This record gives sequence, structure tokens and C-alpha cells, in this order.
Amino acid sequence: MSTVTTGVPAQDRTSAGAAPAVRVADAAVAYDSTTVLSGVSLEVPAGEILAVLGSNGSGKSTLVRAMLGLVPLSSGSVELHGTPLRRFREWGRIGYVPQRLSAGGGVPATVREVVASGQVVRRRRLHRATAAERAAVGEALEAVDLADRARDSVHELSGGQQQRVLIARALAARPDTFFLDEPMAGVDAASQRALARTVTRLSAQGATVVLVLHEPGPLEPLIGRSIVLSGGGIVHDGAPPRPEGDCARPGHEHVHPHADPDPASAALPDIEVPRRG
Amino acid sequence: MAEMLQLDFMRRALLAAVLVGMVAPVIGTFLVQRRLALLGDGIGHVALTGVALGFLTGTSPVVAAAIVAAIGAGLIELVRVRARTSGDVALALLFYGGIAGGVLLIGLAPGTTTATLTAYLFGSVSTVTSGDIVMVAVLAVLVLATVGYFGRELFVLCQDEEAARAHGLPVRMLSLVIAVTAALTVVLAMRVVGVLLVSALMVVPVAAAQQLSRSFRVTLALAVAIGVASALGGLSTAFYADVAPGAAIVLLALGVFAAAVAAGYLVRSARGMARSTRDAAGAPAEGTMPQTEQGGVASS
Ligand SMILES: Nc1ncnc2c1ncn2[C@@H]1O[C@H](COP(=O)(O)OP(=O)(O)OP(=O)(O)O)[C@@H](O)[C@H]1O
Ligand SMILES: [Mg+2]
Repeated sequence: MSTVTTGVPAQDRTSAGAAPAVRVADAAVAYDSTTVLSGVSLEVPAGEILAVLGSNGSGKSTLVRAMLGLVPLSSGSVELHGTPLRRFREWGRIGYVPQRLSAGGGVPATVREVVASGQVVRRRRLHRATAAERAAVGEALEAVDLADRARDSVHELSGGQQQRVLIARALAARPDTFFLDEPMAGVDAASQRALARTVTRLSAQGATVVLVLHEPGPLEPLIGRSIVLSGGGIVHDGAPPRPEGDCARPGHEHVHPHADPDPASAALPDIEVPRRG
Repeated sequence: MAEMLQLDFMRRALLAAVLVGMVAPVIGTFLVQRRLALLGDGIGHVALTGVALGFLTGTSPVVAAAIVAAIGAGLIELVRVRARTSGDVALALLFYGGIAGGVLLIGLAPGTTTATLTAYLFGSVSTVTSGDIVMVAVLAVLVLATVGYFGRELFVLCQDEEAARAHGLPVRMLSLVIAVTAALTVVLAMRVVGVLLVSALMVVPVAAAQQLSRSFRVTLALAVAIGVASALGGLSTAFYADVAPGAAIVLLALGVFAAAVAAGYLVRSARGMARSTRDAAGAPAEGTMPQTEQGGVASS
């Protein structure tokens, strides 16, 4: 496991009064005039690890996608690092792992090609990758333990391995602001722990991480704050809900058996039902 | 071969075929990756309307086709985004509109019949003039330069459109770049293989190449090699056996595809056997496998 570093500018890491990494103000999102989120306001300070929780269909992915401008807001506004989304240009600082079934297109592409494509905004046009860029790709691959599959086609990987390719793709550009939409889904316990180590290291370097999760798993100790979405809005914002209390909450969809106190064994068969092949 | 090269019209035909065999698979690789393999065909039909429009207005059919095809390609992007139609339905609309428009307009043009369209439907590489060659060469340079310049962005876009947007890439502009580049390629290939077979040269070499490759770059390079070889081989065959050049080129490419399927099957089963024996020997994966920096296939 090599070190994964971020491109956080030094002043950003230290200045306390810096703009929040994400600011969502009174946002509403509708698909085909069906309102999915409304009146959502949220600030994610730089350096925070925020978990977004909620049952299936509660709008977690929609919120993350709205933060990145991937779905239009029907009202309200979003700022990234103090810049309104429309004028935001520092996309090299953003790492996004979509909630996705597969990492492939219609033509074969190697794991390394897909991971390197995460650097697209950082690369110089008409130039080959620099040594530093290649090293970053190598580190990203090691962080998800896929270095030995780098030359295989992503089509030949399992669902969980493809998910890990997408995580590596987000790491490859060394961003400092991450949006991970259920990065653990379909990922085995060892890789979950590896991701937890990566997130720990990124966090120590000052990275901001927005994590959509069903099962905190090995990430639980890292999460500084969590929000719970339900009925189109934020119904909880604060300390991560205790598993017991969370399960007791009305309307909570019970997706995991009651907590096994031993985190190592809890991480094993306890993950969410994989929704990919 | 020497006999063929002594003829002026054959030299021009070969040049045109090589350019098309080279360019069509380049843009075709991106289209296949984007799962829009039939886009070329759709644009080809629209180009037919352009050809007819050229005859009707007395301008160069190729220039008119290039303009109309580019507009059609832009429209298809618009339909895809705005009308909430899936890509294949948008393509079907384009097909029908293009062919109907072509037949309608050519009937209106004085002194032409639908037979005039035949040269464009099936290609007429033997009547390529030196002016055509210049045109084809310019289009080829344009297409290759565009793909070279936007290559990385286009890869991300075709691989994962949502990721492209999350990288802040100008997705709509890049989609248009792909569509218009495809349109220019179609017009370029029209004289050689004809509108009906134009997308074959964009798709078949790519389909053959991906049987043999695990990497996007290698697929692209291999597809170009197969495209050029098919174009040269098909045209020579047509010359000596006196068959239709477009059909010969495409059938040859399909032959390569069939061979590639068989070869790919053999390669994979050999590789699979190597992998399972290695795993059975209990060799640890790390250290025994080639590590990352070795590969020459790293994405640009
Ligand atoms: N592209 C879309 N078009 C229309 N409706 C959509 C679309 N995507 C999501 N929705 C609707 O929006 C709501 C929220 O979806 P979202 O994907 O944000 O849920 P989620 O919390 O991420 O769920 P999950 O836990 O299953 O990932 C759902 O009711 C869904 O039906
Ligand atoms: Mg979701």
C-alpha cells in the first residue's frame, strides 16, 4: 500500500476561515417534475468526512449528483470551494465515484487506461503522461490493490473489482474533494479495509470526503458527521447515528443484521446485498 | 500489383481507399465505445440527402453532403439529449428522414434520377478525380487532428459520460465534436464504399480488433491496421476479379473479423490455461505478474 497524496494547496489545509468545500443552499431537485429533494441546506467544511445515509430511493445519489452539477437544481444553489457551480473550474480537485453497475464502454479498455482517464483535466494536451502522473496512476492502483490487474480489460473483472477501478480512477488525479457514492457496494472486506486506510490517509492530508453509505463498516471510526435523508429532506444532521438508535428509528429500512460488536467479523458477510454481477 | 499501379485512376483509388481505411476505424472506435455503432450508417443516409441537395442546387455533391451530414449529426445529438429518446430510436429517425429526403430531392433535380444516387449508394472509387483526392485528404487530416487533439476527453466521454461531466468537461461540445467528425468521415468514405456500407468500415475493423485486444489504444491501432489492409486488399481483389470494390472491401473486413474471433478464442483459452495452472501451483499473485510500469499500453 503506497501513499496516496492529494493536491491540496498548503494554504487551504491550514486556513481556518476558508470557504466550505461544499455549500448547498435551499436546494430542490426534481426528475420529470417529481420532486426528489427540496429545501436541502448543507455545508461541508473542508477536511470533513461526511456520511450521507438513508434508505433506497431517499435521494442520496441525487444529492451528490446535484452537488456536482450532474442533475440540475430546480431551485437553490450549490457552491464548491466558495465558487458557484456554474463558474467552478477547478475540476481537478474533485474525485467522483458514481454508483454504477460497470466500469466499461463498448470497446475493451485496460484497468490502467480507465484509471489514467481520471487525470483527464490535469493532463497536458498532446503530451505523454509525465513520470509523476504515471506514479499517481500506480499509487491509485495499489490503493485498491489492483496493480497486478493493470493490463487486464475492465470487462474481464468482477463487479467489485470494477467498483475498485472506479475508486482508483477518482484517486488518480489526486483530488482533495471526494464524492463517493456507495464505494463499498459489492466490495469485499479486505478491499473495504484498504479503502478505509486510503480514506484515513486522505483525510490526514486535509481531503474532504462525502460518502454515501448503507453500511459504515470499516469506515465507521472515520466518519465525523452524518446526515440522514428521508422524505426529500435531511432528517438528521450531526454525530453518526449509533447503529442501535438508527435501526430503531421509524422508517429505517433494515438492511443489515444487528451489529456484531467485533468489527472485523461484522465487516465480512454483513455488507449490503451486492447489486452487481 | 504493378499492373494496377500503372493506371492513374487506380492509384487515386488506392490512395482514397487507404485514407478511408485509416480514418474510418479511428472515429469508429469511439463510436463503438459509446455504443453508437450505427451512427455512421444513420449519418450516411442523411448524407444522401446532402448529395441530392448538391445536384438540386448545382453545387458539389460531396460538399453539400458534408454540410448536411454535419447538421444531421448535430441534430441526432440534440434529439438524444432533448427528446429523451434512446440513441437507437434517434438513429432510426435519422435513417428514415435521410433516405426519404434523398430520394425526394433527387427526383426534383433536373436531369437526374435515382440512378444518379447509385454511385453514392455503392461507391464509385474508380471515378475518383484528383480533386476528390485532395478533398478526401483534407477531411482525413481534419478528422485525425480532431481525434488527436481531443483524444483523452473523447475517451472519457465515450467511456462514461457522467464521469466526463463530473470532470467538468464540456460534454455537449465534445458530443458534437464526435458527431461532426463522424459525419466528415462518412462523407470521406462515401466515394470509396458507398453510403450503404460506410459504417461497415467504421465498425467492422473495430469489432475485429477488439477480439484480440484488452486495451483501448491497442484496439484503435489494430482497427486502423485492419481497415487499411481491408481497403487495399478489397480494392485489389475488385480490380483483378472485377467485382464491386465497396463490397469486396467490406467482405474482406468481415473475413478478418471471423478470423479474429477464432484467434481471440484461441488466445483467451491459452491465456486461461496459463492462468489456471499458475493459480493451481499456488503462486502468489504479487511479484509473479508483470507489474504496472512495464506496460506500453498505458493510456495517454
Ligand atoms: N434519472 C432519474 N429519472 C427519474 N427519477 C429518478 C432518476 N434517478 C433517480 N430517480 C428517483 O429519485 C429518487 C431518489 O433516487 P436516488 O438515486 O437519489 O436514491 P438513493 O438514495 O441514491 O437510493 P439507493 O440507496 O438505491 O442508491 C428515487 O425515487 C428515484 O426513483
Ligand atoms: Mg444511490
